[in-house]
Amino acid sequence: MRETLPPYGLLAEFDTPADLIRASRAAYGEGYRRMEAYSPFPVEGLTDALGQRPSRLPFVVLMGGILGGLIGYGLQYYAEVIGYPKNIGGRPFHSWPAFVPVTFECTVLGAALSAVLGMLALNGLPMPYHPLFHVPSFARATRDGFFLSIKAEDPKFNLEATAQFLRGLSPRDVQEVPQ
Amino acid sequence: MATETPPAAGAAETETMEIIGGAHTFGTVTDKISAIVLTKKTGRGWQLGFLVAFAITMMLLYAVAYLISTGIGIWGNNVPVGWGFDITNFVWWIGIGHAGTLISAVLLLLNQKWRTSINRFAEAMTLFAVACAGMYPLIHMGRAWFFYWLMPYPNTMQLWPQFRSPLVWDVFAVSTYATVSLLFWYVGLIPDVATLRDRSTSSVGRVVYGILSMGWRGSATHWHRYETAYLLLAGLATPLVVSVHTVVSFDFAVGIIPGWHTTIFPPYFVAGAIYSGFAMVLTLAIPIRAVYGLQDFITLKHLDNMAKVMLATGLLVAYGYAMEAFMAWYSNSTYEKFLMLNRFGGPYAFSYWMLIACNIVIPQLMWFRAVRRNVPLLFVISLIVNVGMWLERYVIIVVSLHRDFLPSSWGMYAGTVWDWATYIGTLGLFVALLFLFIRFLPMISIFEMRTLLPGAHAHPPAPEHQPGHAQPGEATA
Repeated sequence: MRETLPPYGLLAEFDTPADLIRASRAAYGEGYRRMEAYSPFPVEGLTDALGQRPSRLPFVVLMGGILGGLIGYGLQYYAEVIGYPKNIGGRPFHSWPAFVPVTFECTVLGAALSAVLGMLALNGLPMPYHPLFHVPSFARATRDGFFLSIKAEDPKFNLEATAQFLRGLSPRDVQEVPQ
Repeated sequence: MATETPPAAGAAETETMEIIGGAHTFGTVTDKISAIVLTKKTGRGWQLGFLVAFAITMMLLYAVAYLISTGIGIWGNNVPVGWGFDITNFVWWIGIGHAGTLISAVLLLLNQKWRTSINRFAEAMTLFAVACAGMYPLIHMGRAWFFYWLMPYPNTMQLWPQFRSPLVWDVFAVSTYATVSLLFWYVGLIPDVATLRDRSTSSVGRVVYGILSMGWRGSATHWHRYETAYLLLAGLATPLVVSVHTVVSFDFAVGIIPGWHTTIFPPYFVAGAIYSGFAMVLTLAIPIRAVYGLQDFITLKHLDNMAKVMLATGLLVAYGYAMEAFMAWYSNSTYEKFLMLNRFGGPYAFSYWMLIACNIVIPQLMWFRAVRRNVPLLFVISLIVNVGMWLERYVIIVVSLHRDFLPSSWGMYAGTVWDWATYIGTLGLFVALLFLFIRFLPMISIFEMRTLLPGAHAHPPAPEHQPGHAQPGEATA
């Protein structure tokens, strides 16, 4: 009774990473943009073939590191100069060389946390539900299957024509993905 | 460092010298590693081993409960030896952890492919070793329930930690290290847990692995960010691991005790940490590969490389010992000279010469290729180095403290039964955690093993380096 729902898109399975790259390039050349490739390990050159831009993650990590370092140093400055100044071996309250180790550790902590949380956030994870999980053969994406999906939201998407196009790329299989 | 990967010369052996043996495909690699976790039957050996380790963990709980309810007096620590087994064990465990980070981060940055099959359980080893290490400073405090006083937080006493003290740096270094190690390990696990989710036949397995995998689908965009994050984490973990043991060495070097107050401590501690850590990786890897039949994945090449790393770091450590002795003489300080003579011929001389034998003399056998490829012998050497590195910390701590400036305040130290129970107890905890890890999570990184297979590269690796990335070419037209 929910047949009125349009499909999520089409999913083609390929045998090798080289086939997947070739298919991704062909789809990009054909004008498709809303598509995604899936593989059981990172395939070099796949994002280029799909025409994707480099990630902003390094910038996020840089900011996280700087923020962590500032917080670490600020914490020590506050504690030693403002909050509870104490004379330790006659050193100045603001004895910055002694603050370096903790500042360093806080920098690394800030950068590492933002690398992991940033990666997950930009990837939209955790995401327990995804239409692709309806396709039984998609389980091979974490074993030995290489998949290319073209989403229905792509302006050039047409169920028959796109399926025809994908079949022309000599895939193992082409399937419709329900919403 | 002795980590070069030349093409193996001795191909005539029964076991392979490649970094991956046998005729594997993406599917068989996945099946073989995930089968260890997904099998329904739990082996007798696993049950028995876990039972023993769990019983020893219970002994640890008993020892710690007795300690907290009674006080530090149950240990051998007393003036002048205020640091005994507790800090020895702390430094020993944290040093062991360092090899895991080194294997997963430094070797990744150096593009050493052989790290792939050992990095996962080396990282797990790091986590569990840090968990054991972190316990010691806390229970050593006596009133362990006030451990949070180490943390800077606004409190009604209006007190703040003393940030010029290495002991406070240590709190930050070790807690950051534990956090980053956990993140690194978990991020590495996500794609493999997704594999388990898709292959598990039990509903509990699917749900638990499903939650842990966070809905990982292996999309190209995700992989791209994932690899970026992983590489950045490796770049962050590398200076971190150096800083952690440096800060641990500051705990000693900033003090003015003869035998502690020396500038060689940071590099010498870091080298020692890597040395003991690799010894522990070998101690674990050799039985695991035999029991689970993983000789195709953890090959003689890996054992050979790890032996070479141990040889190199062992020589660095030997240089550290030599410099300690040289500086004691060259400084012309009465106390430093006495300390050295006391190490050589004092009441703890046996520990010192045992340490020299375990850490310097015996490991020289690894210069011989025949020894590096003799698996049982390598296992024995790794155990000897573990003992030697424990003795090193014992000598540094106890021998330096027991006779310092004033002969009237000299004393002797020996661990009590509770010291031993706590130490052996943490060994049990460590082994028990490893047993659980091996049973429930893939101990070898499956997705990274897939990338080692010949078909993993879209373009067959050309002899000359091809310019960076594959161009979209006509696609951009």
